Amino acid sequence: MGAQLRVYKRRIRSVTATKKITKAMEMISASRIVKAQRAVAASTPYADELTRAVTAVATRSNAKHPLTTENPTATRAAVLLITADRGLAGGYSSNAIKAAVVLSERLRAEGKDVVTYIVGRKGVSYYSFRNLPVAKSWTGFSDQPTYGDAKVVSADLIEAFTTETADGGVDELHLVSTRFESMLTQTPVDARLLPLKLDEVQLSDDRPAKSEIFPLYDFEPSAEGVLDALLPRYVESRIYNALLQSAASEHAARRRAMKSATDNAEELIKSLKRLANSARQAEITQEISEIIGGANALADANAGSE
Amino acid sequence: MAELHVELVAADRKVWSGAATIVVARTASGDVGIMPGHTPVLSVLESGPVTIRTTDGGTVIAAVHGGFISFADNKVSLLAEIAELADEIDVNRAERALELAKSESDAHAERRAEVRLVAVGRKAA
Repeated sequence: MGAQLRVYKRRIRSVTATKKITKAMEMISASRIVKAQRAVAASTPYADELTRAVTAVATRSNAKHPLTTENPTATRAAVLLITADRGLAGGYSSNAIKAAVVLSERLRAEGKDVVTYIVGRKGVSYYSFRNLPVAKSWTGFSDQPTYGDAKVVSADLIEAFTTETADGGVDELHLVSTRFESMLTQTPVDARLLPLKLDEVQLSDDRPAKSEIFPLYDFEPSAEGVLDALLPRYVESRIYNALLQSAASEHAARRRAMKSATDNAEELIKSLKRLANSARQAEITQEISEIIGGANALADANAGSE
Repeated sequence: MAELHVELVAADRKVWSGAATIVVARTASGDVGIMPGHTPVLSVLESGPVTIRTTDGGTVIAAVHGGFISFADNKVSLLAEIAELADEIDVNRAERALELAKSESDAHAERRAEVRLVAVGRKAA
């Protein structure tokens, strides 16, 4: 076998192996999207009920709470960035990171110091490679976040928010995550989570809470007490929802990236096969012409000797 | 007879929903029983068992950890970070968790495990 042909054959083999891997990853992601979407749907009743309760307290009492108090001279803002733990998901992580960078620049332009919190290994490695400071990071659950994970993340953030700015606390909390719009579209979004604006409390899928007339609730132990317990839960539930949507987006982005990788591999195999075929043909043609040439030369030599 | 529409939701799933005659839950200010026609109330739940008497005479017991109960227009919403029906609780696991929590003197975990066992105990009684 000719050298050229051998090289083509080897490349075809290696691309075929790659294609098998990407195909498998595509199918795994496809099944996980469904699971992730189901998790988003399963968390909706809780988020909606919680939103209703928060709105009810907000409309029925004018209790003040640290989590809703706006600091007019905000100087430090926290940004929570949600990315993936693993790569091979197309532009998923880099889009989210880009959104976070743009947001951070905007906040700095407003004269605020930006403190960054990160979920997911990809975001962590982006920031550490550039020597950018990260206040805290969490990794290891980006593809299947649980409520416990959201609780851990929000506990730290709420603590930072309730700490005085002078003692290293923050005045604002922004959340950068990826919203799962459809299998094909996932958009990075940023939203201010804290301080909460109670008049624009949103449902989990960003429908504005519909204005209903709330009954005159009796609050136990008191409106303040209820708010005290409700608001951290609300923040947790918002972060949980963002984690779930981001997980669904991650799987969708990975599925699409792997699908195009598989398609490209197929394309590559096709063109390599063509090249290999023509190399083989060229080899055969050459062999035939060599044989014919040899036979002719032999015939000529024999004819001359007689 | 008027009946309550009850929704028991945990952070990551809907645990139980249906019609009931009375719901008993432990709030920050003590156990409350809610029957149809109760005044609208919104209160903080303590870790504790929740008892729901369904309209067909059955009883649903769940262990609930942290959350809220809100009642209005004969609709009861029980929101909890963690909620488990008594049937779903693994007694052996809860007992092990209780011992572990006691040995590590983790008051929260101990309380959680206790509540689970109480819920299972009531179901059996």
